[in-house]
Amino acid sequence: MRAGEKLPPLEIPITRTLIVAGAIASRDYQDVHHDAELARQKGSPDIFMNILTTNGLVGRYITDHFGPTAELRKVAIRLGAPNYPGDTMVLTGTVEKVVEQADGDTATVRVVGANAIGSHVTGTVTVTVPAEGPGGAG
Amino acid sequence: MSDAGDGKGATLSEDELGARLKAYEGRRATVSGRGRDPVNTPMIRHWCEAMGDTNPAYAGPDAIAPPTMLQAWTMGGLSGHEGRTGDYDELLTLLDEAGCTSVVATDCEQEYVRPLRPGDEITFDTVIESVSERKTTKLGTGYFVTTRTDVRAGRALVGTHRFRILKYAPVRRRKPEQAARRPRPVVNRDNAGFWEGVERHRLLIQRCTDCATLRFPWLPGCNKCGSPDWDTVEASGEGTVYSYVVMHHPPFPAFSPPYAVALIELAEGVRMISDVVGVPCDKVRIGMPVRLEFQVYDDELVLPVFRAREEETV
Repeated sequence: MRAGEKLPPLEIPITRTLIVAGAIASRDYQDVHHDAELARQKGSPDIFMNILTTNGLVGRYITDHFGPTAELRKVAIRLGAPNYPGDTMVLTGTVEKVVEQADGDTATVRVVGANAIGSHVTGTVTVTVPAEGPGGAG
Repeated sequence: MSDAGDGKGATLSEDELGARLKAYEGRRATVSGRGRDPVNTPMIRHWCEAMGDTNPAYAGPDAIAPPTMLQAWTMGGLSGHEGRTGDYDELLTLLDEAGCTSVVATDCEQEYVRPLRPGDEITFDTVIESVSERKTTKLGTGYFVTTRTDVRAGRALVGTHRFRILKYAPVRRRKPEQAARRPRPVVNRDNAGFWEGVERHRLLIQRCTDCATLRFPWLPGCNKCGSPDWDTVEASGEGTVYSYVVMHHPPFPAFSPPYAVALIELAEGVRMISDVVGVPCDKVRIGMPVRLEFQVYDDELVLPVFRAREEETV
């Protein structure tokens, strides 16, 4: 890995199923994440993805790319345009900084998830990829 | 558009509210909270299924939990939060009372000290780090509340989780069903008979009982002989487009431009303004044969419209 490297984009179709499954898997029962009628009463046009699911997807995007040995150190995200059903979010990432150490490289990756409305999520992830070694192959 | 917040501001001025909210900074939101379940493989699997995450590190005998699940282990779920202090609920209630009844999460910052593994028992403490000034956002006006949660497994710190929510008074939106309602006809004693006919899906034309002249729209007297006496004849429903315009601008609620507004000449000889349906607006032509039908727009509104005759539409 090197600074400036771009990660291949990951397209995530925002289905109603993903929104509800993500909310329930994260134990978030706020009605705006599963009940469209109540979401509308609160001024939202539909249900929308909860932040825990976005966080999970950002984590997945990074570990998908850097592999199963990659260790997430920090995930910091900010939400913007909501993820509504029927949309598609495209996650893109750029390595901003790499710190090389004997036991592995630690990268800071800038991540953006864009949907049809705008930028759903912006954030940075710090991830360490251990050096290849006896224990590094798993 | 912070009317919902201002509406209830009578009880507490904005400054007073701000000061009361600030007082919660540094207070504890949760003391010795306990995860509802120990870290476990079923919840990890459900999470991975939802996220589409196939990372082998999260499966098998040496599985770790996805680090981004950190907050999930602290969630109260449907049974509520254990260990939550009165302070945090008070803060939220204060905001509710100020009209900031909606909530949305805006930021999540997590640091992972060590991975969680099945069997780890979670405890956590949360402190209210900050409450913002009153902010106006696209969603509405409200306050950002930031909390920091230290998550432990046994005595060891495994991660920290900083979370920011916006508690806000939602911008009032026009209800879509209201926006989509067509304008209502103005019914008065001169035209009531016409609208009663439309309700029964009959298009009635006024006829002077003295000189037999047909007239439309409905009027109190005959334009030809001045007689106030009239009866009605029912239109056969056949007609042609006498003239039309295509409406592009301005857009009105319940209408989606461009659309044709046509002057229809009925077979009986009178003309009326109506819609031509069943044909794109750029295919409407003068002389086009049309046939009457009644379109039901909602529970209260039926209107006569004219459908382009099929054999004529190419």
